[in-house]
Amino acid sequence: MKILLMGNPNVGKSAIFSRLTGIHVVVSNYPGTTVSYTQGFMKLGEKMAEVIDVPGTYTLEPTSEAEEIALQMLNTGDIVVNVANATNLERNLYLTLQLLERGIPVVVALNMWDDTKHLGIHIDLDKLRELLGVPVIPTVAVTSEGIKELVENIPQATSPQTPARSRNERWATIGGIIDQVQLITHRHHTWLERLADASVKPLTGGIIALAVLASAFMVVRFIGESLISYVLDPLFNNLWAPVVLRLSDLMGGGGFLHDIVVGKLANGEVNFVESFGLLTTGLYVPFAMVLPYIVSFYLVLGLLEDIGYLPRLAVLMDTIMHRLGLHGYAIIPTLLGLGCNVPAVLATRILESKRERFIAATLISIAVPCAALQAMILGLVGAQGAQYVAMVYGTLLVVWIILGIILNRLVRGFSPELLIEIPPYRLPPWRTVLQKLWMRTYGFLAEAIPIILGAVVVINILYILGVFDAIANFTAPVVTGLLGLPKEAVTALAIGFLRKDVALGMLAPLALSAKQLVVGSVVLAMSFPCIATFVVLLRELGVVNMLKAAGIMIATALIVGGILNLIL
Amino acid sequence: MLDRKQITLTRMQPGQSGTVIQIQGGHGMVNRLSALGIVPGKRITKISSMLMRGPVTIEVDRVQVAIGFGMANRIIVEPD
Repeated sequence: MKILLMGNPNVGKSAIFSRLTGIHVVVSNYPGTTVSYTQGFMKLGEKMAEVIDVPGTYTLEPTSEAEEIALQMLNTGDIVVNVANATNLERNLYLTLQLLERGIPVVVALNMWDDTKHLGIHIDLDKLRELLGVPVIPTVAVTSEGIKELVENIPQATSPQTPARSRNERWATIGGIIDQVQLITHRHHTWLERLADASVKPLTGGIIALAVLASAFMVVRFIGESLISYVLDPLFNNLWAPVVLRLSDLMGGGGFLHDIVVGKLANGEVNFVESFGLLTTGLYVPFAMVLPYIVSFYLVLGLLEDIGYLPRLAVLMDTIMHRLGLHGYAIIPTLLGLGCNVPAVLATRILESKRERFIAATLISIAVPCAALQAMILGLVGAQGAQYVAMVYGTLLVVWIILGIILNRLVRGFSPELLIEIPPYRLPPWRTVLQKLWMRTYGFLAEAIPIILGAVVVINILYILGVFDAIANFTAPVVTGLLGLPKEAVTALAIGFLRKDVALGMLAPLALSAKQLVVGSVVLAMSFPCIATFVVLLRELGVVNMLKAAGIMIATALIVGGILNLIL
Repeated sequence: MLDRKQITLTRMQPGQSGTVIQIQGGHGMVNRLSALGIVPGKRITKISSMLMRGPVTIEVDRVQVAIGFGMANRIIVEPD
């Protein structure tokens, strides 16, 4: 049996999914968090049933890719658990009616039930059950209230005889139901609601946005840097380095295997950035350079997501984003891209048109550096001075804007208008924030560590075989002539296809000047995406558009790198 | 012709309430707005509008919705 969790965006489907299946999925406070479906299993009586967390949809007449997916899923399910937001019954019932008209058995989970009390909303559940003809269970997914009753009622899902209605007839029916089941009493606005209103007004909204973004940046920086200097650097330098040195001794201090495992020692000392062995650079880059910033970035992003700030930022950015051929909501995939480009490209599904998705995905993979790359930029370029880090970020921002303006002119079509629901501000429980942080951190470790270690081995073998020298000589005209980098830097640019953090690390032993580091970082950030992003771009854009995007990337990287080399 | 009291959503004052009269758009636009509960006859309150032809934020059924300027310009409302 296949159970579908369906409902409007941002009603808590993923939270209920986690409760039913025990599988943790990313839950946030903005419409469109889930853009592809997640599958899990739950026990229903003696049998196991399949549960699918379907992307949110307002209607069964799809208006975006995510809604398209929801509609396709509907045709495969046996029972729909229609998750509805109890604080906004009117709009949520529209989808409920459409589902009932389909004749599929439905049980309604009236989620966020706790919010109705302090919002002064009274719902007559028995009357609602009678009018809809299906079980209606009040739930609070975040505290798991009502989940047991929901599970007990899933087998009672029914499909009452419902005639197909037109849009106007549906709204008229909903009006009739609401009149009979819902009573709203007056109440005063809370400070969170006043803050919410202020966040979308021109003057106060601008001030709040600047304050939020500036403090987000400072907190990410502070936590990341503190973790590195007070926790991870001491661990590696004081505890791990002696172990590695001992091992190096045991392995005879040199040779093929030694160079792969320990790497090259400098004056008998371990240099974690430059040694390039599995146990030195292979561990130091992911754990001591990148992980601290992954943790700090996703902690701050998670808070912004769960509080519900991101859709408000979309409203503020809308006018600017229209210049880039996008609308304000594209800021959400863009911000996700600052963590990892893979979920960011997937998140472009919340945009309505193919044109927007192409522009957004191309801009993200060119001008939005992921957290792993940023951590390395902060570590390596930052060591030369903050002004050089500013140059890298400044260049990427300018490229993002100019390339967006160009794409907006060149790609045929127009940008649709922004139309989004803005959720209320919520104060997220720490437990859910930390759980999401853990999921994302674990995801990074599970995906990045094997590739990083593999890359270190491959780099060492290719280096020993002399393959890199051959490539370096071949590409020297471009790398040295155009970009002003030593010819060996091409190996780093090539390894960028595997992982950008390791690739930037490969520039460290080349003793580059600050200017060369800036050029190298920018070209690495902008040129080809890493393999994981490449795969998801291919899947989301198709071969032709992927090739177009790749061409734009390489051209932009070379042009901008060349210009930087000339003017710096 | 529009009634004198009827204006576009973009010209409504922040804080003002009114009723949606008409949506002057194609099927796609009517569909998207309808999905969010913005249909003729619905009571709404304008929260704010951004400068430089930015989006308009309204409250409908206790939920806030942001609507791009071009779309908001084609929603006809009658303020109270």
